[in-house]
Amino acid sequence: MTTHRVEAPAGVQGGVSRRDDVRSLRIPILAMVLLAVVAPFVIYPVFLMKMLCFALFACAFNLLIGYVGLLSFGHALFFGAAGYLAGHAAKVWGLPFELAVLTGTATAALLGLVVGGLAIRSQGIYFSMITLALAQMFFFYCLRAQFTGGEDGIQAIPRGKLLGLVSLDNNLTMYFVVLAIFLFGFFFILRVIHSPFGQVMKAVRENEPRAVSLGYKADHYKLITFVLSAGLSGLAGGTKSIVFQLASLTDVHWGTSGEVILMVLLGGLGTVFGPIVGAVVIICVESYLAGLGGWVTVVQGALFVVCVLAFRRGIIGELSRVLHRPL
Amino acid sequence: MTTVFGVPIQALFSQLLVGLINGSFYALLSLGLAIIFGLLNIINFCHGALYMLGALVAWLLLRFFDLGYWPALLIAPLVVGLFGMLIERTMLKRLQGLDPLFGLLLTFGLALVIQGVARNYFGVSGEPYDVPEQLTGGRNLGFMFLPNYRAWVVLVSVVLCGLTWFVAERTRMGAYLRAATENPVLVQAFGINVPRLITITYGLGVALAALAGVMAAPIYRVNPLMGADLIIVVFAVVVIGGMGSILGSIVTGFALGVIEGLTKVFYPEASNTVVFVIMAIVLLVKPAGLFGRTA
Repeated sequence: MTTHRVEAPAGVQGGVSRRDDVRSLRIPILAMVLLAVVAPFVIYPVFLMKMLCFALFACAFNLLIGYVGLLSFGHALFFGAAGYLAGHAAKVWGLPFELAVLTGTATAALLGLVVGGLAIRSQGIYFSMITLALAQMFFFYCLRAQFTGGEDGIQAIPRGKLLGLVSLDNNLTMYFVVLAIFLFGFFFILRVIHSPFGQVMKAVRENEPRAVSLGYKADHYKLITFVLSAGLSGLAGGTKSIVFQLASLTDVHWGTSGEVILMVLLGGLGTVFGPIVGAVVIICVESYLAGLGGWVTVVQGALFVVCVLAFRRGIIGELSRVLHRPL
Repeated sequence: MTTVFGVPIQALFSQLLVGLINGSFYALLSLGLAIIFGLLNIINFCHGALYMLGALVAWLLLRFFDLGYWPALLIAPLVVGLFGMLIERTMLKRLQGLDPLFGLLLTFGLALVIQGVARNYFGVSGEPYDVPEQLTGGRNLGFMFLPNYRAWVVLVSVVLCGLTWFVAERTRMGAYLRAATENPVLVQAFGINVPRLITITYGLGVALAALAGVMAAPIYRVNPLMGADLIIVVFAVVVIGGMGSILGSIVTGFALGVIEGLTKVFYPEASNTVVFVIMAIVLLVKPAGLFGRTA
């Protein structure tokens, strides 16, 4: 049984204690939060919300690939499923915003338990193919199912009121709610990867047989991380469908799974800020090229090729290597 | 009219034939994937895109050089095979020794590029491609009508699968190939040019996909996205069969095509998902696949 190692992020190893590790991230985190608070007054908030949703999705995905070394090719399943459930809950059941998003998140986590339980029985490439196949199965289910609206998707999902008090129809209000959700997810992930649990996750990534021989149940760690990653992806997907008032087949399609992989790869596998930077860059590139139609796919594909051949550390990975500090 | 479980026998046999046709393509594609995986240790995600490219080359040959089906059957795999060797030499070679996941990501990117470019120039509606004159028409077997072209496709793919199996298991070249799969360093030490063997193998696997593409052209039309969804089903087929054996991928390919066809008769709602459901069940019972060695 061999485990293949995904290239470790530069600078994460070394003699730095965990506490210093988190402390050294203080300044970049502060800068990120400040930027996010100022941004909606300069840039169109809806565009920023799209970035935040995908950034959270990418962070959740990175938890799995970057810290346990499992490449899921089916994460659109959780993102899209949560989108449908949150949309359905808000529109048909009339649940308020926070409960609708929670419904989506819980569904995604539950699906993560099922898919993860099946997929972690195999390793490496098999794992990727199985997640891809199961996500494709779910895509066909969504295409046929009644409540998803098939090709039309669920449209005109009401944004509703936060805690029944604050109307979310205003984009700026909505933005700060989405920012709060994003930051919750971000800090949650940060806490997980710097916890003892996170250390075991990394041990499983680096050398699974050795982790097992030390008495850690690698499969349990993998499954828990998978469920966490799926749930957080669901949080992102559910929020997105309510912000944009639309849940559609695009979100469960393998194209979306590929997109989130590209974001994390471009930003830097296994880095804290990489997925966020990757998501911002990809969303910008996509909206910049939107007028060119089919060329978006070609550019995405070319970015994949370039990243894999010449730029495997990603933007933040390279940056952290130059600065000699984990980012 | 004769019926089986309340289904007219004609409908049953015609879906069985559709299943066999689909199974032929599953088998040819998963066979190529298996050979490539054996030697390069990567899953070739752009296999579906290259299958499409085969069909597209056939269409271009007809359109611009007035070369019909029969020359295309030879030229398209050759062109795509050479293109594949170029990919292997310039890109995949540089990923040796890295995590195989990078190979998956690279070929996924290539698939996006190839399909994206094809879609920009040819649109998504697809172009029709005529069945060659010699194979038009069909014969009445008494219980069903069998179009000649479909019989030809099944026949060719059975022969090709058999041939590939023979080459891999019974010839010297195949012995080198299997030996290099087991231990490339040792085989190299015996004076066999392993990098060249890898390039040729990749080219052959890809040419097989292109050949399947040419054969599929008259059945499904030439469409830039014809390989995109197919490849995911083929992945599921590969998972079910297990990566260990060539025979496994052939048998599973045909079997799943037939099962899919039968599902269309008895429970049409599940016809798209049945392969994935079977995959899930197989994973629960035998994680390494039906014919695979333990992972």
